Amino acid sequence: MREENKSEDVLKDITSGEYKYGFTTDVETEVIPTGLNEDVVRLISRKKGEPDWMLQFRLDAYNWWKEQKRPEWGHVKVEPVDYDKISFYAAPKKKSENKEVDPEILKTFDKLGIPLHERDMLLGNMPSQGSGESMMAVDAIVDSESQKTTYRDKLAELGIIFCSFGEAVREYPDLVRQYLGKVVPTRDNYYSALNSAVFSDGSFVYIPKGVRCPMELASYFRINSSGTGQFERTLIIADEESYVSYLEGCTAPMRDENQLHAAVVEIYVHERAEVKYSTVQNWYPGDKNGRGGVYNLVTKRALCAGDYSKISWTQVETGSAITWKYPSCVLKGEGSSGEFYSVAVTNNYQEADTGTKMIHIGKNSSSRIISKGISAGHSQNSYRGLVKVLPGADGVRNYTQCDSLLLSNTCGAHTFPIMDIQNPTAVIEHEATTSKINQDQLFYCQQRGIKEEDAVSLIVGGYAREVVQKLPMEFAVEAQKLLSLSIENSVG
Amino acid sequence: MSNPLLEIKNLHASVAGKEILRGINLTINQGEVHAIMGPNGAGKSTLSAILTGNPAYEVTEGEILYKGKDLLAMKPEQRAWEGIFLSFQYPVEIPGVSMVNFMRAAVNAQREYRGLQPLTATEFLKLMREKRAVVQLDNKLANRSVNEGFSGGEKKRNEIFQMAMLEPTLSILDETDSGLDVDALRIVSDGVNRLKSAERSSIVITHYQKLLEYVQPQFVHIVYKGRIVKDGGPELGDRIFAEGFDWIRQEVEL
Repeated sequence: MREENKSEDVLKDITSGEYKYGFTTDVETEVIPTGLNEDVVRLISRKKGEPDWMLQFRLDAYNWWKEQKRPEWGHVKVEPVDYDKISFYAAPKKKSENKEVDPEILKTFDKLGIPLHERDMLLGNMPSQGSGESMMAVDAIVDSESQKTTYRDKLAELGIIFCSFGEAVREYPDLVRQYLGKVVPTRDNYYSALNSAVFSDGSFVYIPKGVRCPMELASYFRINSSGTGQFERTLIIADEESYVSYLEGCTAPMRDENQLHAAVVEIYVHERAEVKYSTVQNWYPGDKNGRGGVYNLVTKRALCAGDYSKISWTQVETGSAITWKYPSCVLKGEGSSGEFYSVAVTNNYQEADTGTKMIHIGKNSSSRIISKGISAGHSQNSYRGLVKVLPGADGVRNYTQCDSLLLSNTCGAHTFPIMDIQNPTAVIEHEATTSKINQDQLFYCQQRGIKEEDAVSLIVGGYAREVVQKLPMEFAVEAQKLLSLSIENSVG
Repeated sequence: MSNPLLEIKNLHASVAGKEILRGINLTINQGEVHAIMGPNGAGKSTLSAILTGNPAYEVTEGEILYKGKDLLAMKPEQRAWEGIFLSFQYPVEIPGVSMVNFMRAAVNAQREYRGLQPLTATEFLKLMREKRAVVQLDNKLANRSVNEGFSGGEKKRNEIFQMAMLEPTLSILDETDSGLDVDALRIVSDGVNRLKSAERSSIVITHYQKLLEYVQPQFVHIVYKGRIVKDGGPELGDRIFAEGFDWIRQEVEL
């Protein structure tokens, strides 16, 4: 009896961890009036100083979107979003004429642990992959506008373009025009169309032929204003035989309202190029009773267009009230490969419906899916995945492993794996497990003197390790901490 | 002068509603080694589970004093900090958690309880190296996950390694010798003997003679149907090995 009660208490403890990034930054912010119509789309485009083709792209998206109905198939309860109550553009006002970043914004990123100061670095002395000394170029986005992108000049020496999406539209219009909407068409789905109409900012990356990007490229998204949505748009192009590792991180203040983050990320991978895309998503998840929190409704897709091209998605999802995302791989090139490594943690009343799509078009293409769901509190955690092999794709291989760990008696874990195999030569493997936290493991740790909450954190960390270790090192450490924090007070 | 470390008084315990222990009385003084023997299902492992606070077992009656304190009021981890160690009969695998991280968490939790600073990475790795040598455990162990992919013998040696790291006051060895070959048994016994001192005590649960030859307990207790039915010295162990438990059964049933 005594033991059971104690278990319950610890469980409660572990799941009621506080959100650490819930502060707001007091900067003067320009917010346009709420609501969405054609004039608003035009206004956003004008604010960003966009060329006419960009405006037409937006209007086309808007006109299609307004005729559409919101999709309802996810295993999540998304309250209808009142688009009349959201402002679709908000940006911190720049101080005076000079282009300096507001010190308050710098302080914010400092508080979040994101370096916005370039470290002194001798020319041509960039650290190589795995040299221990890690170097990261950062694009910092607050609400609708990028604030600063570091190491741009250094990267430019190698022909690498790393800037905000808005700048790319103005400075590299031909590149943007060539690739925009090629991986995620505007009319792909309701939210991709919405994003295409009103997207705010995000990152643009171009890695030229044969170049290995010498540092991690990171985008950091922060929602600051209330009553706004954030519509991230990111486009990454890896030209032939190039390599890049890209990271994104996300946080938002604690607010009672549900804020919308509807992103589109497109990645175009040419022959023998490789892109690693890592996400640590920690949007505000709402409070203990499920009030507030970010709706994270995201379309992410990579096209492995070239032969032997490679894309690897790694995601650690701990935040957001609702997460609805399926980073996908279209494996068109012969021998191309797609990977998806995911840890999704839900606690309290969070809901996550996440997974991936592997579309095999190219011969001998291969894919690997490792998904680890961890649910606590009253949360719902779903894996949804599609493995599709087209008739012409001979010699395809897929391995899927999909594990769910339950930390309470009131949470749910669900899996919706779909396989559509149209070629008999495909070799498809699928493994799935669902388990509760193992009492024998807990007791073994406790017998060695490890406190119950630390033991849970250790065991969950071990469970997620296969995925977390795919992250770049500095992110892996953060992610591990975030995992412990998210399940704090949650064992049962 | 005898100094009691552990006093078990009229202990009744059950698992899943079934009574297993029906009035165990046992006192262990500092510096003593006690062997507990008995047929399968007699309650030997239940006793070790109760002493370490396994939540799957329930105490229905009786009390246990450890260093004069109420043991049953302590959480499992607190019992560990107070120096109780169990070498598990079936060591548990924890995938993805390296032995280094696991042991570091354990050692530093114990140090924190005793008001000591946590060990630095260097100090800790040095300690690991030292203690690993005691049980001749492979270097690669440190990077492997806890007990995952370990052979039966490696798991048991890993238990003794952890015991050497934590230097318990009361160590309980639950059939640590089962499934070990003679060499591994000697290594395990050496590990146990190194810890012997005037302050430390051990409870050795076993079916086999060899371990008792190496470890040499002063006291032997026979558990049968949830009670200690016979106490004696090493000669009692010898008789069990020679004749089995049938004579005990007959004595008790009469």
